[in-house]
Amino acid sequence: MLLNIIGTWVAASLTLAILSFLYKDNPFYKVAEHIYVGISAGFAVLYAWAFDIYPMLVDAFRNNLAQKNYLEAWILIVPTILGIMMLCRSIPKIAWISRWPISFTVGIGSGLGLVASVQGYLLPQISATLRPLITINNFVVYVGVIATLFYFYFSKEHKGALGVVSRVGIIFIMVAFGASFGYTVMARISLLIGRFYFLLHDWLPIIR
Amino acid sequence: MRFWDRLSSVDSRILYLLLALAVALPLVIKPKTNIRVSEPVRSAFEAVDRLAPGSVIMISIDFDPSSAPEVQPMLIAVLRHAFRKDLKVIVTGQLALGLPLAEIALNQVAPEMNKVYGRDYVNIGYRPGGSAMMVGIGREIRDYFRTDYKGVPIDSFEFMRKVHNYKDVGLLVSLAHGAVADAWIQFVGGRYNQDIIVGCTGVNAPNLYQYLHAGQIKGIIGGLQGASEYEALIARPGQATLGMPAQSWGHGLIILLLIIGNVGFLLSRKKKEKGK
Repeated sequence: MLLNIIGTWVAASLTLAILSFLYKDNPFYKVAEHIYVGISAGFAVLYAWAFDIYPMLVDAFRNNLAQKNYLEAWILIVPTILGIMMLCRSIPKIAWISRWPISFTVGIGSGLGLVASVQGYLLPQISATLRPLITINNFVVYVGVIATLFYFYFSKEHKGALGVVSRVGIIFIMVAFGASFGYTVMARISLLIGRFYFLLHDWLPIIR
Repeated sequence: MRFWDRLSSVDSRILYLLLALAVALPLVIKPKTNIRVSEPVRSAFEAVDRLAPGSVIMISIDFDPSSAPEVQPMLIAVLRHAFRKDLKVIVTGQLALGLPLAEIALNQVAPEMNKVYGRDYVNIGYRPGGSAMMVGIGREIRDYFRTDYKGVPIDSFEFMRKVHNYKDVGLLVSLAHGAVADAWIQFVGGRYNQDIIVGCTGVNAPNLYQYLHAGQIKGIIGGLQGASEYEALIARPGQATLGMPAQSWGHGLIILLLIIGNVGFLLSRKKKEKGK
């Protein structure tokens, strides 16, 4: 109970310290900022150990050895070496070694991503665009896709019919930007609401 | 100095104060608000509602404290709905920092619905691997998660013994604040035809409508507004519903300031042109 109260007061103080930047830069803000960076880094290290290295490497190695799965145990040396090679990045003289595990990661990412992009994005999106023109929505999608594609066609000057179509494309792009910006404003206000809710509900029990 | 000139040079700190008041006051006085449920949120609700009791729902915590005010109310609302439907819940996550938020939500919702850890829900935690892991679970979940969040073997939980891959999962719910939801849709939806709904921050919501239009996801819960709509659908108002009047007041103030700013700018420019 006491720990909860202390935690709430610390969190409230840090929230107010961060918000104080809106008035002007000050030492309270700086302290809160540094605490945030430090704790985030510490938390990340802890989680890397608790959820990555220990269960996936240490525990897996021990369990496989105990169950006499020698191949599955010793093959873990490969990712361990790749991981150590990745850490070489922080030493300038041998930083080049980190390129190997990076290429390994990029290779896996590209292989997986290529299939997913075609199978899970490109084809379903094309299929969803090429629908019969029997509803207004489908018609708007058609016009929007074609006009936007024409806007990004730079091999010919945007004059005449091409100019008109690309202008329609700009309108669609602007509408998309507007929707995105509107949602972003909503998201930021939501974060502010979250902090005020914490201050008025958890810290000062004004909201019941 | 004329009124409009004075307005254009107002100290930005006064605007911050006005916004703070616009957000804080409705939280205190709690004005009545009507929540109108949008189609994407209703579809998400129906996707959960359609599942038969005992079905498995996998909730992926793909957000962290930076977006908790928006996404946490969704997690609580979806958990309440799932438990009310007697669904078996598997909680996992692509962001390690989000998992304590899952624990907070489970510790809040499970006792009020009389749900027991291991029997009705498990938290299998986070593993590294990202998209490779998403694809790998399609083969066998135990390749990545042999134990739960606390290190207990998942096979010690009765319902988990029947769960091997996505074929055993009725619905995947990604509660995301970044591109992780896209990865679930493309890697798991595309490859395994897994039914997916997404709860996301407002910033991400516009990018996800293309998936909804293409039928790649069953529904979207977008931002605090989406969370409040889901709360309305389960008839259990929560933090999102409480926040909606503050959201409206905040938006109203921003729109008012935009109008005032633009009118002031136009009038000042007109005056300068006359002066020339």
